[in-house]
Amino acid sequence: MAYDLSFAREVYKNSEMGHWIKMCMQCGVCAGSCPLGPHWEHSPRQLFQMVRAGKKEEVLKSSSMWMCTSCYNCIVRCPRHLPITHIVHGLARYAMEQGMANPQQPTHRFASKVFWENIVATGRVGEAGLTMKLYFLDGLGAGIRMGLEMKDVALGMVKTGRLNPIPFRGKIKGYAGFQAMLQKAAAIESKHKEAKA
Amino acid sequence: MEKKIGCYICKGCGIGDNLDVGALESVARKDQKIPVVRNHEFLCGSEGLELIRKDMESEGVNALVIAGCSPRAKVDEFRLGAALMDRVNLREQVLWVQPVAEGDDTAEEDRQMAAVDYLAMGCVKVKKMDAPIPFEDPGFSKDILVVGGGVAGLTAAKNIADTGYKVVLVEKSDDLGGMLSRMHKVSPTKPPYKDPEENPIAGLIAAVKGNGAIKIHTGATIKKTAGAPGLFDITIVKGGKESTERVGAIVVATGFGLYDAGKLPAQLGHGSSPDVITSLQFEEMAKAGKIVRPSDGQPAKRVAFSLCAGQRSTEHLEYCSGACCVYSLKQALYVKEQYADASTYLIYQEVRTPGQMEDFYRKVQDEGGVFIKGDVTQVAKGAGGGLSVEVNDKLLRGKEKLEVDLLVLAVGMTPSLDTVDPNKASPVGAGEFDYTKSVLNLDYRQGPSLPELKWGFPDSHFICFPYETRRTGIYVAGPARRPMGIAASVSDATGAALKAIQVVESVARGAAVHPRAGDLSYPSFRKEGCTQCKRCTEECPFGAINEDDKGNPLFNPTRCRRCGTCMGACPQKIISFANYSVDMIGSMLKEVEVPEEDEEKPRILIFACENDAYPAMDQMAQNRAKISPYVRVIPLRCMGSMNLVWVADAMSSGYDGVLLMGCRHGDQYQCHNVRGSALAEIRLSKVSETLDRLQLESARVRMVEVNIMDADKLPEVINGFVDDIMEFDPNPYKAF
Repeated sequence: MAYDLSFAREVYKNSEMGHWIKMCMQCGVCAGSCPLGPHWEHSPRQLFQMVRAGKKEEVLKSSSMWMCTSCYNCIVRCPRHLPITHIVHGLARYAMEQGMANPQQPTHRFASKVFWENIVATGRVGEAGLTMKLYFLDGLGAGIRMGLEMKDVALGMVKTGRLNPIPFRGKIKGYAGFQAMLQKAAAIESKHKEAKA
Repeated sequence: MEKKIGCYICKGCGIGDNLDVGALESVARKDQKIPVVRNHEFLCGSEGLELIRKDMESEGVNALVIAGCSPRAKVDEFRLGAALMDRVNLREQVLWVQPVAEGDDTAEEDRQMAAVDYLAMGCVKVKKMDAPIPFEDPGFSKDILVVGGGVAGLTAAKNIADTGYKVVLVEKSDDLGGMLSRMHKVSPTKPPYKDPEENPIAGLIAAVKGNGAIKIHTGATIKKTAGAPGLFDITIVKGGKESTERVGAIVVATGFGLYDAGKLPAQLGHGSSPDVITSLQFEEMAKAGKIVRPSDGQPAKRVAFSLCAGQRSTEHLEYCSGACCVYSLKQALYVKEQYADASTYLIYQEVRTPGQMEDFYRKVQDEGGVFIKGDVTQVAKGAGGGLSVEVNDKLLRGKEKLEVDLLVLAVGMTPSLDTVDPNKASPVGAGEFDYTKSVLNLDYRQGPSLPELKWGFPDSHFICFPYETRRTGIYVAGPARRPMGIAASVSDATGAALKAIQVVESVARGAAVHPRAGDLSYPSFRKEGCTQCKRCTEECPFGAINEDDKGNPLFNPTRCRRCGTCMGACPQKIISFANYSVDMIGSMLKEVEVPEEDEEKPRILIFACENDAYPAMDQMAQNRAKISPYVRVIPLRCMGSMNLVWVADAMSSGYDGVLLMGCRHGDQYQCHNVRGSALAEIRLSKVSETLDRLQLESARVRMVEVNIMDADKLPEVINGFVDDIMEFDPNPYKAF
């Protein structure tokens, strides 16, 4: 049955900023404003209506919310002032928590493992190492091919000081504080989860 | 009183530098024989005005010809209390539109000729005018009749009484309150516009009943409305007994009917289950208490609302009913109030929540109301005694099924007035209206009803004159005028009440209400010249003229809006106003000096509607557009007052062409007098006979639609017409 509101209520309650979804008036300005719009399986507007229609599987398994680059165009333009970028990230996160996010979704693969590990290890992103990891995600051959393809771009970036070819080995200043922040965040999150459960 | 004319020429704004004011003065003095002629550097300044005032006091000047800027400029300054006045528009119609290059003697001469012509026309106009004597009648009443005792009627009655006037209130049913008394709550009217408010009807009824200035007739209808503003005689029937009331103005607030849900398409499910109900039934249920499924009395926690149940559909009601979106939002909150775990669905085409109601819409969203854009395509029995409603979901692009307890159809409003033409196919299905009955039963020669629009709502110039109908002194408020909600009805009723008060006060002074507010003139006719052709009675857009047994017109001055349509219609030219007549305009156009044929300077006459075309020409002049020096403009009260004899006169006087600039007509008319420009166009279609008789090309006369925003287009319209006329040979009648 459609428009069974149990999924919608679940999202309003559990997904970050999810309660905003009920305020969407389906004007479609977000869809029209998104620079990656044509590549989304469902536009934010559609995703929100699907939440209300109770289409849990379709929403949480969708790749759409992983497409967001956080450009904030939609937030700026939404006439109803919905924090769309945050709602979409919230839905991605909720899909992951529910174990329904597609593990093969490229952003999911990159962001939730490669990027996270890279940044947590030193406290900052090591561009060279992160790029290497990304290129070789799909194996040696694909990595070499990708590297060769992007060689001129990389050299240009090195020349202009935009890319440090030597991987960042050390730790940022105040690394201990950074670690403490992450721990605190994890603690808050689990507290929230307990409260919701 | 002897008329003594004073002519004052302003030299300000460049007039003195560019025109030969001395020559103009001598035109006024010698040719026009005006006894007092003066000029001033700055006429609208205190010194200039003092000059005029002094002449009025010591010289006995009582009629003014003021040559300077447009009559639309410096209006207050020149309100000097003279009984008669004409403003000769030298600045906008000559100076600003006829730029002259240094040393261009021809252009300078043309411009001076135009100024001379306009001044001469102004002098003749004032000579041909008389000061209007206001119409008076000892029987004038300032009481006001309100028809309908619903929220609009009660509000109007209360406001009128609170302002200090007496009210006669007539209500068809036995109780006051109307539709609103059947409703539970009302949509928010105050900030923050979030929650439904208590129904105000009981308080309103008590206030009206407790007001000594309001005479209430319930269970009563109106058998006859005779007379005119200030002099309406109303025959009220109550329980078989007749009584009469004399009133000055009428407010009609007869509310609305609801579209018959039985006629809706089967897919909306009406009649298929007792759980499919109309919005009014839902209101009554909420008012009575518990929101339940009528089929089994179980709580109805899941409720779907179908907005636009027949509205905006070519087969049912073509129009938007205006209020259904907002009242459905309100009803969704009723469900939420009773059940915390309620699920409400609003199935819509577009959510139309004008103004602050957008906040109310947000409130319902915030309460979890779900909005589905689409239509109900099927209603079937659902599991557990509910309904299964199939919706064509336009946003998710597919059919979706909802399980609900109740489906509420937000049916649209239908008009409550009568329809003029019983042969007209009903827009909402045969038998929808009771054609045999009229609310007011007007004793007018033009029929018992208010003229109506396509869908049965009263015709009015609704942008410029809301509440107005095409019967002067009768105002329609609330959903009887057009579909609207409660808050809008309240403000509508207040507006109509003020208009009704305005009309009784204006009538008492002998003045018109609108569009010519304050005009004291009214038409009179020379009876011995009348051929009983009845064109004036037929064509008056406001039904102001009755007929006697022989077919002579009987003017009702207080019904008149002073547009002059009767004057334009009259083939005998016997209808005139004290200060506006066929002779006056005819004499003005003859006062223009038409150059000889061999001078190759054509003359083109423009009749411009003073409501739209004339102000547009002033704007054009402000833009300093260049206009042919060959045109001469005469403003008319309305194109409806255009008498064909003027066209014939112009042609026989040697004008090469005549251009008429009137307002848009037809369904989307903009004419202040509703039918004026349309009638002018009809008359003009017959002008070719006149021109043929004179052996002239019919293309020499053209009518164009000009609206007040057309300043940018006007130069092309005017100069294009002049170019077209130049293609013809000069008018052969110049020689005569």
